[in-house]
Amino acid sequence: MLGEGILKGMAETAKNFAGSFVSAERLTTVQYPEQRIPTMENARVFPFLVYDGPDWQAGLRCVACQICEKECPPKCIYIEKSTGKKPDYVGKQQFYPAKFDIDIAVCMSCQICVEVCPFEAIKMDTQFELATDDRFGGLLLDREQLAKSNEYYHSIHPNEATEVDGRLAEEKAKVEAKAKAAAEAAAAKAAAVAAPAAKPERGQA
Amino acid sequence: MVEKADQVFVLLQHWLISFLPVLLQPAAAVLLGVIAIVCVFPGLFALTTIFERKGLGRIQNRIGPNRVGPLGLFQPVADGIKSLTKEDIIPLSADGVLHFLAPVILVVAVFMGFAVLPMGRNMVLVDMDAGLIFFFAMSASTELSVFMAGWSSRNKYSLLGAMRAIAQMISYEIILLLSSVAVVMTAGSLSLVKIVDAQNHSTGVLPNWYIFTPWGLAAFVMYAIAATAETNRSPFDLPEGESELVAGYHTEYSGFKFALFFLGEYLAMFSISGLGTTLFLGGWSAPFSFLTWIPSWIWFFGKVMISIFVFIWMRGTLPRLRQDQLMNFAWKFALPFTLLDLLVTALWRFMGEGWLRWVVSTVILAGAYVLMGRVGMYRGHFAPRKYRYAE
Amino acid sequence: MGIMFYLIAVITLAGALAAMTLKHLVHAALAVTVAFGGLALFFLNLDAQFAGFAQILVYIGAVAILVVFAILLTRGSELPKDGVFSRTWFVGLPIAAGIFAVLGWALIASSKALPSEMATPAVTVHDIGVALVGRYVLPLEIVALLLTAATIGAVIVALHEKARAR
Repeated sequence: MLGEGILKGMAETAKNFAGSFVSAERLTTVQYPEQRIPTMENARVFPFLVYDGPDWQAGLRCVACQICEKECPPKCIYIEKSTGKKPDYVGKQQFYPAKFDIDIAVCMSCQICVEVCPFEAIKMDTQFELATDDRFGGLLLDREQLAKSNEYYHSIHPNEATEVDGRLAEEKAKVEAKAKAAAEAAAAKAAAVAAPAAKPERGQA
Repeated sequence: MVEKADQVFVLLQHWLISFLPVLLQPAAAVLLGVIAIVCVFPGLFALTTIFERKGLGRIQNRIGPNRVGPLGLFQPVADGIKSLTKEDIIPLSADGVLHFLAPVILVVAVFMGFAVLPMGRNMVLVDMDAGLIFFFAMSASTELSVFMAGWSSRNKYSLLGAMRAIAQMISYEIILLLSSVAVVMTAGSLSLVKIVDAQNHSTGVLPNWYIFTPWGLAAFVMYAIAATAETNRSPFDLPEGESELVAGYHTEYSGFKFALFFLGEYLAMFSISGLGTTLFLGGWSAPFSFLTWIPSWIWFFGKVMISIFVFIWMRGTLPRLRQDQLMNFAWKFALPFTLLDLLVTALWRFMGEGWLRWVVSTVILAGAYVLMGRVGMYRGHFAPRKYRYAE
Repeated sequence: MGIMFYLIAVITLAGALAAMTLKHLVHAALAVTVAFGGLALFFLNLDAQFAGFAQILVYIGAVAILVVFAILLTRGSELPKDGVFSRTWFVGLPIAAGIFAVLGWALIASSKALPSEMATPAVTVHDIGVALVGRYVLPLEIVALLLTAATIGAVIVALHEKARAR
């Protein structure tokens, strides 16, 4: 019948109006900035550098391999290698970045830098309230601003961080096992070198 | 005590003018009434803007404005300050005099319409013998200001919006007038005070309001549709649809002149709701005889505010009608139905009391409605649209 | 008579004169609307409420809109190059003077027929209604027929254009 649709529509909006006072389903507003929607696990905004341990300079995972700089589509990363080396999480001596700048005004949050990093050193942060009134350097983050601890990484992406930690622990365990095997082989070799060293003396005389 | 509460404004007016010499008293009485109208209705307008925004918000699953003042109730103050302090931009090629006069004439014509509405017992500013025609004459003058606004902006989109708005307004004005004529036929007078007096007594359970009769209900529905169209309110707001013509005929207005257009539109909504309650909902009369202790002006304003809520509700529910759909509806459905309703009112009047006239009126009106609806749907006027290639 | 009459007369005449002399067509249409409003004020001054408000409703609310639409739908935005007065304006003078003389004579003759200081009869809308369907029902029906013919003509004109456009 004519007009039926209108009445049904008005009933629906009346339900919306009345329901918005009682149920959260009918009033989905989150009053920002007093309330915030909890961010999802996979949220990503801009990258940051992960460091292990208390000292950010000593524990920085980045080895300045410059892969992320080359892969970044808008070229917002700028890296300068250091001259000396420092030990990384397995103990091997690696370079480290003397300068690591990301221009977050240019970054497009594509996460390619995270995907190509072989050292799990750069990950995506979830902070978005980064507005600043400094036009010339406010959105250019340097190494110190980018370095955040592994505990922070756990707090924003718990599942991912545990996975990464598992992988790194595996790597470390493999390296240690290899080192132990190499040490045993070296010890065996040293013993074998010492024993045949006595034999050629008898053969010669 | 009840009597005093009911007449409190009249007594206040008498007391205030008793301080003046006798010669000045009639003029002062009218002046006090004018001041009251000019203060009360824009105040209601401010309240309505906040109700509209919050009501629409709740209908759309969100909260309306809630930052300015408790629950956002001072938002109209913020809006007022904004519109007063904005720069008044006039296009270089605009017709200066007409551009200035258009909002002024709109607001003046709309304010004049309030002069004949009886807002309570003995509370009408001017009791005119031809009060209803005065009201419609004033609302016809608003169309002229719409044209002036559209023309003087020298903007073809404004002009298009103005032409559409005027076409819509004159089409629906006929329906407005004809549905009021049904009431005039029954009440026997064009004076709004007499129309309210004819509805003031209640026989049986239902009061004698005209909406509780079959022809009255049909006329009220047609009046409500025509009132929504006259004030350019959703779903008939194509002239000022924001996504269609920017803002239609008031595109080129900024600052206070835009606020005047806005004020004019809302005041027109109030005055047409006021007329609707006077004609169909019994004006200031209480629905049941045991409720007459509530003052009459509270009933009037309560009914007007309920009409405004229904306007807001419709705005939140319905999508906008296209211009040709709007005009089709007016000339092919609403006008024939209103003419039929006039016939049924005459039948009602001359059939005498009893159940027979109820049955006959209801059957004719319901039958015509269903028939016209089915014919319209069959011919595709009102049905959901069928797409030949996209099914 | 009094001051109200002269004030309203000034408004009406100013509107009419502006309508004649203004170059811009839309301004002239709006000036003639002011003249209509002045006429309505005359009716109200004589306490003929129905006539006054009907004048506003019909003339300002419908006829003025019609004039304005007609200007808009044709090319109304150009200003006339040679001014608003035609070259043979002096021919219009005796015709206008003749009409004025006839109307003036008719008015004076009729006012002589009625006693001048009679109390104006209070004509209510009810009386107008009774007269329309009683004494003047034939003119009413003829006017209704005329309006119906005009409406049908408008529909036919619009329909014809649609048929041609097809």
